[in-house]
Amino acid sequence: MSIPQPIPASVSAAASLSDSAPAPATPPSPARQTAAFPAQARLALAALLLVLLAAVCAPLLYPGDPLDMTLPPYLWPGQDWRHPLGSDLMGRDLGAGLAHGARVSLLVGAAAAALSLSIGVAVGTLAGWHGGWIDNALMRVTDFFQIVPRFLLAIVLVAALEPSLWVVVLALGVTSWTHTARVVRAEVLGLRNREYVQAGIAAGMGQARIVLRHVLPNALTPILVSTSIVVAGCILSESALAFLGLGDPNLPSWGAMIASSREAIQSGWYMIAIPGAAVTLTVWSLNVLGDALNQYFNPKLRDRA
Amino acid sequence: MGPYIRRRLLQFIPIAFSICVLNFLLIQLAPGDLAEIVAGETGQGDAGADNAAYVAELRKSFGLDQPAWMRLLAYLGRLARFDLGYSHRFGAPVAELVGARIGASALLGLSSLAIAVVGGVLLGVLCARRRNGRLDRLVSALMALCYSVPVFWLALMLVVAFAVKLQWFPVGGMQEVGIEAQGRWAQVRDVLWHLVLPVATLSVYSLAVYARFTRASMLDALQEDYVRTARAKGLSEAAVLLRHALRNAVLPVLTLVGAHFGELLAGSIVVETVFSWPGLGKLTYDAVLGRDTSLLLSILFLSSMLVLATSLALDILTARLDPRIDLQR
Repeated sequence: MSIPQPIPASVSAAASLSDSAPAPATPPSPARQTAAFPAQARLALAALLLVLLAAVCAPLLYPGDPLDMTLPPYLWPGQDWRHPLGSDLMGRDLGAGLAHGARVSLLVGAAAAALSLSIGVAVGTLAGWHGGWIDNALMRVTDFFQIVPRFLLAIVLVAALEPSLWVVVLALGVTSWTHTARVVRAEVLGLRNREYVQAGIAAGMGQARIVLRHVLPNALTPILVSTSIVVAGCILSESALAFLGLGDPNLPSWGAMIASSREAIQSGWYMIAIPGAAVTLTVWSLNVLGDALNQYFNPKLRDRA
Repeated sequence: MGPYIRRRLLQFIPIAFSICVLNFLLIQLAPGDLAEIVAGETGQGDAGADNAAYVAELRKSFGLDQPAWMRLLAYLGRLARFDLGYSHRFGAPVAELVGARIGASALLGLSSLAIAVVGGVLLGVLCARRRNGRLDRLVSALMALCYSVPVFWLALMLVVAFAVKLQWFPVGGMQEVGIEAQGRWAQVRDVLWHLVLPVATLSVYSLAVYARFTRASMLDALQEDYVRTARAKGLSEAAVLLRHALRNAVLPVLTLVGAHFGELLAGSIVVETVFSWPGLGKLTYDAVLGRDTSLLLSILFLSSMLVLATSLALDILTARLDPRIDLQR
């Protein structure tokens, strides 16, 4: 849900704005302005590493099923230092849910983003390289996926296909590739007329070889930059789907933890606050890192933002 | 003007058509066809040998024995007559279910949109005025947070703070039971009271989007020659910002509203669910819970058409306001 919405083609002149705007606070002093990574981005990197660490160490820290009810219910954070985050209304350890949920969130985010990027890069490259009717047809398909509300489409896909981890990945992947496709297409359109590409064509190189060896590597930067923002959007959507009961019922998930704690909103609001804070932190760090990468790779934006 | 609108309309026809076809395909793909579902629900499907005959009969009555392209034609024909089908889960025609809830959704959605656009544009202008100033950096950092917070979680946390702890606002719903008896004015005030938290939640994300976009658009406009001219002739800063820069910078924001409309619909699903707001988003959630795929598909279809119509209307409005667009491709 959080991927910055691309702008319709009619304002393509302004389209670059949507990417340039975020501006992690860059202080005006010239010494700090040349710093490659602003303080906010370093904080975000630390937060992301923390989440990654939790995901990797989850089986070591909390062996056993995180959905097991092993503790007394309604254990507030800090009450029992062996379980610092407390337990939920059914006696499940929130810390275990959080750590194991990080695995699911990151896995879904990465897998859905991989699918989304593959579709986006394939569509964008085909459209930009071939032009003509292929370009036209593919861009109408892209228009179509931009018009249909993506989260609603994801809901319909998951509901129609029975919720499971891979169905969620599929639904998020096929609904979030449009921005990547537009960016890659614009990039390929520009690269196609470069001398070295034209020289490749003149030398009789195969089209696939030119595209794979000479065009796509040069279009890699915008693809990499959009990756972390796509991952962030997929994690956010995954948590919302799980909250609506459309996640994999057999896996711990931050969104599902919040949904199951809704009954305790009067007496145990920490059960809602903690997993939500985890989602926010993860998505925030990915968004801020994406913005910082964008500024780092686009020196033109550095002085404007 | 005329040719531009005509071209724009022509571009949208294939998209509208593909939405209809996609919808039809999804209905076909959904596991278990309508006849089996109805047979299962009416209990007649349990009777063993009779079952197959009954399902076949139902299938014939729904037209499911026809070839796919015949069914597609029939489906398009029904859509053209605004017949969206029948929800067996809720026992009512889809059009009726939607009609009963569209008002509440529109109230919530349009209030949030208004606040997000006005607030976002205002914040964007203030930030662009002093680029990298204290306010700009603070707002930028805050907006990064607004982008990242899950809407449903924000809704729940607002409920915890303002409805459970402070008890300033109601936990959910659209109005108190029996408020009608106290007269029209009390009823309006009551609905507004219930509106505060859902609107606050729903507008946060969009507000961040519009603020960020307006800021960037304003920064571009402020570098234009006409701004230097306006300053040179000694206009006040407010006049330069609002009359000269903003009037040009706000046009792309207007187009963004169209592109962003779908996000608002998506947000309203979780917001209405948390606040038990009796609108389309809540209906969507109920359809998910009841596994009512046909109702879900109708909502998807209507929402897509709504987004399509909105972006078309805004495109035309932008073209009216900016004559240069007419000349572009």
